[in-house]
Amino acid sequence: MFDGLLLLPVGLDWGHASPALGWLWLALVASGLYHGVNPGMGWPLAVSAGLMDKSPSALFRALWALSAGHLLATFLVLLPFAFLLVLVEWQRSIQIGASLLVIGFGVYRLIARRHPRGLARIPPTQLALWSFAVAIAHGAALMLVPIYLGLCQAFEFDAGHEAAGALMKTSLFKTSLGMAVLVSLVHVAAMVGAGGCLAWLVYRHLGLKFVSRSWFNLDAVWATSLVLVGAVALALNLASWR
Amino acid sequence: MTMRPDPTFHASPRLAMEAPAENFAYTLLLSPDFSKPDALAVIDVKPGSPTYSQIVHTVTMPNKGDEFHHFGWNACSSALSPLAGHAFIERRYLIIPGIRSSRIYIIDTKPDPTKAKIHRIIEPEEIFKKTGYSRPHTIHCGPDGIYVSTLGGGGKDGTNGPPGVFIMDCETFEVLGRWEIDRGPQTLHYDFWWNLPRDYMVTSEWALPPQFENGIVPEDLLSNKYGHRLHFWDLRARRNVQTIDLGANHQMALEVRPAHDPVREYGFVGVVVDTTNLEASIWTWWREGGKFHAEKTATIPPEPAPKEKLPPLLQGFGAVPPLVTDIDLSMDDRFLYVSCWGTGEMRQYDVSDPRKPKLAGSVHIGGIARRTAHPNGKSFAAGPQMVEISRDGRRVYWTNSLYSTWDDQFYPDGVPGVEVMANVGRNGGLELDKDYFVSFPDGYRAHQIRLEGGDCSTDSFCYPSV
Repeated sequence: MFDGLLLLPVGLDWGHASPALGWLWLALVASGLYHGVNPGMGWPLAVSAGLMDKSPSALFRALWALSAGHLLATFLVLLPFAFLLVLVEWQRSIQIGASLLVIGFGVYRLIARRHPRGLARIPPTQLALWSFAVAIAHGAALMLVPIYLGLCQAFEFDAGHEAAGALMKTSLFKTSLGMAVLVSLVHVAAMVGAGGCLAWLVYRHLGLKFVSRSWFNLDAVWATSLVLVGAVALALNLASWR
Repeated sequence: MTMRPDPTFHASPRLAMEAPAENFAYTLLLSPDFSKPDALAVIDVKPGSPTYSQIVHTVTMPNKGDEFHHFGWNACSSALSPLAGHAFIERRYLIIPGIRSSRIYIIDTKPDPTKAKIHRIIEPEEIFKKTGYSRPHTIHCGPDGIYVSTLGGGGKDGTNGPPGVFIMDCETFEVLGRWEIDRGPQTLHYDFWWNLPRDYMVTSEWALPPQFENGIVPEDLLSNKYGHRLHFWDLRARRNVQTIDLGANHQMALEVRPAHDPVREYGFVGVVVDTTNLEASIWTWWREGGKFHAEKTATIPPEPAPKEKLPPLLQGFGAVPPLVTDIDLSMDDRFLYVSCWGTGEMRQYDVSDPRKPKLAGSVHIGGIARRTAHPNGKSFAAGPQMVEISRDGRRVYWTNSLYSTWDDQFYPDGVPGVEVMANVGRNGGLELDKDYFVSFPDGYRAHQIRLEGGDCSTDSFCYPSV
């Protein structure tokens, strides 16, 4: 029965895996682009660094630090789920729980609009720490969990369902851990690509006026995205169960 | 909560200079004998307006004896700090401390400056209780809240513990508590400012409340007991990292004016009087090799005067000290304006080379001995004091009162409040505008000026002007 459960695609029809898989990867890249262009995730810091040091290499160093922080945050948030996924029989609950967690955090961000003051107290020299703290505090990394779980499901289904017992658990863990690394890397690559392009454009061509002009209040949109991502995952999950 | 950053927030000083000119000037009014409540005057400064150079609105406070001095905004261009990541607050509320009462008024300037009204009053007890400080003074809008410097510690006369800086929430105005974690040798306070991306703060020293509240104490001054040090702080770590003593004879290091462009790691401070020769001085401080340095880069000599032209306080000296009581730096970091409140002169220094200020312009008005009238023929009591520069650097505004009890000692004939303005030439030079002359209601003196949309001593920037 549990094996049957495992076989159930969570939100996706793994019998015809490729299109759904494509969508998941696309969602992952899109989330990266979205985080990248959001000034709250740090591209203006790269512009500031480049201008303060009068050198493009300072801009790239800042981008590097920002990516490292975001990458670590993403990976650390996914990691517990990579462990949890070994509990095959609980997979379904984990996915529903994760969706609810993301929805819950989104709702919390909608209600508690104040920004954590502590973020502004991180020294400007510690960009990686700042980026890490921001990604955690705003739930940027959390947003990826449903996508991650979906992708894991697909791969584990391909690789794992024929294995059995302890062997299966080991291979499951390897797959989910590997997937956590891959998801973090792809997401951050997309993010730094988008944020880096924007930072470079502002630094070289658009000028500083763009910083205040382009800055929209994404708080509500951001919180709604969290709710949306969680809700879609939850809906697909529940739908597939029937 | 807004959808876009406030249009008066600017990423760099250059963008601030290019923004539309100010239409209103806010000026603090104080009742020197505490017989009337202090007030905020809103002045029309839009050229061509039928009410140009007139008070178009007054917010009168419900208490007496607050003694208004300095004030500032709840938010400014520092909100665009990329580290804060959240630029969606408005430059909307003026934060006005009473330095005598320790009460703080929050004034709402929306929907229109001419309809400004009291939004909230923070009673002194709340400040005493939450910070252990008293006599709030300078206001700067910082990345994580409103920073307020104080002149007094706890206790009735403010000498129970050193004064310092506390933080308020920029939206709820809740007093959050002390800023310092390690104050090092700092025991006196006056002004402060910072370089946000470079992460340091600079603070200066005036005196403890018993040394100023009832007037200047000549014995303390002549024995060099007023402040004469600069303190440099790690802004995020809230730690005093270096203290520079300017020398005990350099009494009262007041306004701290860092370069607006955050890539420039220098600034200025004015010293009121050198007790060895009555000279006033300008000091340049800078950071180099991880250390701060300071040197005297300009001096202004006293002017001899006959005894009968001098107040009793100065008669023994036979001279008028220049008394540099305020300085202000233009947004492009090019011109430093220096108020000589004693001799009655506004000086303009070209500080393109910050360690070699060059006198570029000057106007005389008022003064203890000179008593120069305004070009429009009206008399100007006292001398140039609180000075504010328009963002574009073309207009320089100033008022004439220093501090209630000190005014009476240096200008015993009275200091009716006046506000004037000088136009600045493209390449320097300073000329008083004949049409700008604001007189205030009887019994009021005028202190600091704030310009609509920010000015040269409110906004701090996180991006350089390139």
